[in-house]
Amino acid sequence: MLPRIGQPLDRVDGRLKVTGGARYAAEFPPSTVGAGLVHAVLVQSTIARGTITGFDLGAAKALPGVLAILTPDSTMPLPDVKPSSAVASIPMLRDRKVRYQGQHIAVVVADTLERAQDAASRVVVHYATEPAVTTMEDGLKGAYKPHSFANGRQPPDTSRGDFDGAFTGAAIKIDETYVTPIEHHNAMEPHATIAAWNGDRVTVYNATQSVSGTQQTVATCLGIAPRQVQVVADFIGGGFGSKGVTWPHVVLAAIAAREVGRPVKLVLTRAQMYSSNGYRPKTIQHVRLGADATGQLVAIGHDGLAQMSDPELGEFTETVGIASQMLYACPNVSVTHRVVPIAAPLPTFMRAPGEASGVYALESAMDELAVALKIDPLDLRLRNYAETDGHEGKPFSSKSLRDCYTKGAALFGWDKRPLTPGTLRSGDKLLGWGMATATYPMNRGQAEATVHVFANGSAVLRIGSQDIGTGTYTVLTQVVADALSLPPAAVRTELGDSRFPKAPGSGGSQTVASCAPAAQAAAQACRQKLIDMTLADGQSPFQGRGAEAIDFIDGNLVLKDQPTTRIAIGDVLKRAGTERIEATAGSRPGDEKQHYSMHSFGAQFVEVSVDPELGEVRVLRYVGAFAAGRILNAKTGRSQLIGGITYGIGMALLEETLVDRKTGRVTNPTLAEYLMPVHADIPDIQTIFIEEDDALVNALGVKGIGELPMVGVAAAIANAVYHATGRRVRDLPLRPEKVLGLTI
Amino acid sequence: MHSFSLAQPQTITEAIAATAQPDAKTPDAKIIAGGTDLMQLMKDNVERPDRLIDIAGLPLGGVEVTAQGLRMGALAHMAEVADHPDVRRDYPAIAQALAASASGQVRNMATIGGNILQRTRCGYFRDTAFACNKRVRGSGCPAQDGENRFLAILGTSDHCVATHASDFAVALAALDAEVELQGPAGPRRVALTEFHRVPGDTPEVETIMLPGELITAITVPASRLARNSHYLKVRDRASFEWALISAAVALDIGGGRIRAARVAMGGVGTKPWRLPQVEAALIGAAADETGFRAAAAHAADGARPLNQNGFKLTLMRNTLVRALQATAATI
Repeated sequence: MLPRIGQPLDRVDGRLKVTGGARYAAEFPPSTVGAGLVHAVLVQSTIARGTITGFDLGAAKALPGVLAILTPDSTMPLPDVKPSSAVASIPMLRDRKVRYQGQHIAVVVADTLERAQDAASRVVVHYATEPAVTTMEDGLKGAYKPHSFANGRQPPDTSRGDFDGAFTGAAIKIDETYVTPIEHHNAMEPHATIAAWNGDRVTVYNATQSVSGTQQTVATCLGIAPRQVQVVADFIGGGFGSKGVTWPHVVLAAIAAREVGRPVKLVLTRAQMYSSNGYRPKTIQHVRLGADATGQLVAIGHDGLAQMSDPELGEFTETVGIASQMLYACPNVSVTHRVVPIAAPLPTFMRAPGEASGVYALESAMDELAVALKIDPLDLRLRNYAETDGHEGKPFSSKSLRDCYTKGAALFGWDKRPLTPGTLRSGDKLLGWGMATATYPMNRGQAEATVHVFANGSAVLRIGSQDIGTGTYTVLTQVVADALSLPPAAVRTELGDSRFPKAPGSGGSQTVASCAPAAQAAAQACRQKLIDMTLADGQSPFQGRGAEAIDFIDGNLVLKDQPTTRIAIGDVLKRAGTERIEATAGSRPGDEKQHYSMHSFGAQFVEVSVDPELGEVRVLRYVGAFAAGRILNAKTGRSQLIGGITYGIGMALLEETLVDRKTGRVTNPTLAEYLMPVHADIPDIQTIFIEEDDALVNALGVKGIGELPMVGVAAAIANAVYHATGRRVRDLPLRPEKVLGLTI
Repeated sequence: MHSFSLAQPQTITEAIAATAQPDAKTPDAKIIAGGTDLMQLMKDNVERPDRLIDIAGLPLGGVEVTAQGLRMGALAHMAEVADHPDVRRDYPAIAQALAASASGQVRNMATIGGNILQRTRCGYFRDTAFACNKRVRGSGCPAQDGENRFLAILGTSDHCVATHASDFAVALAALDAEVELQGPAGPRRVALTEFHRVPGDTPEVETIMLPGELITAITVPASRLARNSHYLKVRDRASFEWALISAAVALDIGGGRIRAARVAMGGVGTKPWRLPQVEAALIGAAADETGFRAAAAHAADGARPLNQNGFKLTLMRNTLVRALQATAATI
């Protein structure tokens, strides 16, 4: 039997999803969550900074069906929790202070959603408004060095060699500033929570990228033990980082449910999600590259400024310079990070946080350097190829970027690219070809898994991870199927329950790298139990043989040297008179990162058309080549690639959250005005996987591909627009007026 | 959403009565047809009607093309008009403007009467936490120096700079369409270019419709111009987006010279914006790039750009030249 790993197996949950059978957080019915389910609606601030001087609740309370209105005045005291990157503890209705527009300031609970919404719209709030700095530009003088950078894994400022000296003396210099706007995740499924208490225990059905994180955060914020909190997340309709942190509305739902003594459902509106669940902050990045006349890099400087909230809310830094530390061979590198606090909500992780914004700047600057050197941009990358990680001073566990460049370029036809911009045309449109590099670190966390094997020959995997739409159910099923030599249909994967063995949150592209080895270890432990059972069985055909003589083929234990001697897995259990066996095992990173640098890489190639009079940019052709270790499923893997590239196209051309400077309020908090790509914007995307056999990263050789494919897309497109027009746009998105040079 | 009651009149007379004479308990009545815009506004509390009058049951559908012209019932759906073969042949700018609007799902639901009554997409209007003179008279217009990239440069006032969002109405404005109304005082007809009002100091008044009036149909006279018409839409996204700039153009060309021209533009005005000064400059001009550019130079005459949308002056001229070229190429 062919191994299932790597095969393009259809999503095991595909039928459930297309038939509506997959149940998302807000869809759990009273028959599951408990009778008497009622609805909570958030009331949010309409000022950016100040103090609430009073609430008029009379009109809202007078409406039929209104059960409770929680305000800072009515909420019972909560434990004092220090805000951190994992726990956004403000706002939880602890005080009357307003720190940003759209802050939760009250929760209305009513028997129907419509009544709760109507009542929420009648809550009158009085404020004492204070002046607020609402834009990054206005807040620059408050920039500070972040206290907790990249979860404390490294300092915000790093350097090697002598950047200043090398840059000053460089023959060719690029010294430019690049700007990326605020972006919101806009996952299809809204943030939603149902909280139901049973005595002193609460069950939380939550749209989350981390059932274990929600369990911990709810327990911490309510001052109860984690075992008193069960979190369920069977299906998640996309998170992109916004569901990584457990945001205050989740805890507020639990508080409201306790208050009214009934299960409470709280679903955020699209507009509310523009202030409630983080965002990719605006960045202003100063990049300086110095090269000698042959195009050898001698200096890389990357100074990143990222917009932040009031530090009282916590701290989040967009780590824009991290990739610049290691992407190219260069002896003199300086990277700094500063954050700019303003009256805004707390930013958070958004697909490829740091790399998406930072590599846009670095790879735009590299394109500018190639132009200055009059050499091909791909040639420039190859001349500065990093054979080792110059930042960490370690070898790479594996690195196939050169293959990504060459195979991607060949499929694209990059060798036919004219060096001079503005020379490719199609009708009245200018054409441009651009490329950029992609990179993302290999992340992995500790995970545990349990596998059950049943006498009917089936198996169940339980692991406290979650499938955020990426295909986790499917690839873990493949891993267990292979380990037990069962068909995938005989294996069921169960995720999204905090009672299952603990696994990390689905962020940083770490889910499969963390969970697949754990699932495999648990399945292998079951396999060993089956061998032990059959060897202990006096009637077994394997009498007198050892464990090493037994293989698993097509759901049977088989003698390697005598394949006709076999016994079905289920029969092993039946003969032992047992219905079920189970084994729990785990997997965690060792010290391998002490010795090796672990990254995935890719190369992005794109053709765009630009209308020279109208400024419209359209993507005509796309090739992406990626090397990310072993790909467990060619189909869900390709879906990650085309999804990531589409995300990158949106970043390049469309996405931008607009904030009114006077009030700090978002003016486009809708899917009608916050533009994301539609089908007409996306051409056929050609993808290539460069398979790597990297036993150093983890037992399965998986590096993760959730974020890698969007890194570099915006740079490749901006570079292609330059190639089409000869005009360099250094702030995203690439709107028609910027492409035409008409901005004022 | 504010609670409302629903009336479903079966005749035009009943509908007019229900609209003109709301009962005392439900003073604020609104007509609903496709509901694609009104429902958004109600969910956002921008509209809080006590009573909805659903006119879907009225006999106001249908699309007729005769030798005299095109007659579209107010309840004809956008998709029905856009896909009508005679409309595509004889009034291409109208079919193109509709096909370039919204999404397939919206075009199947939205009516053409509702389309010309859709409210602006201005983010300040659509969020009740902002001041907006259109929503609350005298409250102010933060868009004047706020996020106004998408907003208008023509027909604006210190009270309002909201863009009219309809593509379809721009094509209608170019092709001399008329709106048929029926109200308590009987039927009347109004030129589309007179139907919408510029904001002045009463931005809450967007059309000349009187209390109790319904749109019953929209008509367009048949003409050689209408047959030689074209709609061009410039936007950030390839589909499902309002116009950043658009142009509806109709030309009659003989002997290489322009005999007659109609020009209207979208994305620039507080109402569908007809450009008579450009039409005058086109008449007698050579039907070539030089002639088009000379006439288009007048497109933004009188425009008042805001801090973020000054690019529209140039983009407006460029769009118009391209639309004129595309129209001439089909003749």
